[in-house]
Amino acid sequence: MDLSHHGHRATKPRARTGPPAGDPMLFDDTSSGGPQVPNQGYYNSAYNISGPSGGGGGPAMNNLFADPMANAAMMYGSSIADKGKDIVNKELSRFVSVNKLKYFFAVDTKYVIKKLVLLMFPYTHQDWEVRYHRDTPLPPRHDVNAPDLYIPSMAFITYILLAGMALGIQKRFSPEVLGLCASTALVWMVIEVLAMLLSLYLLTVHSDLSTFDLIAYSGYKYVGMIFTVLCGLLFGSDGYFVALAWSSCALMFFIVRSLKMKILSSLSSDSMGAGASAKPRFRLYITMATAIFQPVIIYWLTSHLIR
Amino acid sequence: MAFTLYSLIQTAILCTNAIAVLHEERFLSKIGWGADQGIGGFGDEPGIKAQLLNLIRSVRTVMRVPLIIVNSACIVLLLLFG
Repeated sequence: MDLSHHGHRATKPRARTGPPAGDPMLFDDTSSGGPQVPNQGYYNSAYNISGPSGGGGGPAMNNLFADPMANAAMMYGSSIADKGKDIVNKELSRFVSVNKLKYFFAVDTKYVIKKLVLLMFPYTHQDWEVRYHRDTPLPPRHDVNAPDLYIPSMAFITYILLAGMALGIQKRFSPEVLGLCASTALVWMVIEVLAMLLSLYLLTVHSDLSTFDLIAYSGYKYVGMIFTVLCGLLFGSDGYFVALAWSSCALMFFIVRSLKMKILSSLSSDSMGAGASAKPRFRLYITMATAIFQPVIIYWLTSHLIR
Repeated sequence: MAFTLYSLIQTAILCTNAIAVLHEERFLSKIGWGADQGIGGFGDEPGIKAQLLNLIRSVRTVMRVPLIIVNSACIVLLLLFG
């Protein structure tokens, strides 16, 4: 720890205590397959690597560069790079809470498989409640009901590639179409998330649905879209409509059951006299509207790929 | 309906402009949507109309200066690049 060497190193300890101390479960090393050990040191070591390499680069590099000027220039360059990295991290964490984002990507293979099966066949799942651990929701690794952002982002990219492939099979492909498809799907997702945020704000629904949760729930439809397009490519127009009906029903059931826990159950905390009678109706309308919107948008975004 | 990212930006600018030009005393008070007419009772359930009026007023307050900048940039870009 060369604190005397570089003045800016004082920022390093602050960066190392970035992850909250009460949240060791996000960074478990599940690759060993052993019991879950809170492994804060694992995260710290990632920062430690960049630490000593800058300071310890001095005596090590002396063997490579006999010229002390190049040596000094190398250390100055690495200090500038570190300073730039700190600035980028600080600015980024001002707009997007990086810890909150990391929660949504804390997934593992078992969770992904279970979630995909749940998205396609949610009818046998009994317990839709999101489990908590000391007031913070469990990361998706430990709770299959928790929303994540890994599946939606991967499904989005897969949908774009699949759209390109479907158009290529029909000899209608050109590179601009790929970008157009991507931005169309992205714009519809933005519209849907904004509409949901607006309706939740106007009806003063005090749920704990954050923006990222809504993005996650809105992104789950891409899994249904991929399934529908694949069936349409393999089995023709009939297969497309059968798969569309199946994935629409499954997705509508999934959305209604998941959002019912979050939106409709929060009314028990603030049910006051006269106003309460209007509220459950509107909350039900929001949930229903979200559910109805899913098959419409699936049909809209995939029908032009299957002719 | 193929959307480009530019059309999304354009939609956002147009919608925000539409909300920002609603004049408080010339228009909104006349149709009963003034800023002081939204607060009904003082329970913890403000109701849809109060929330909507709150939203309009806050959009006007917050987005006035950034909208000036964004609109000027949009005008310059459209003049230069059509």
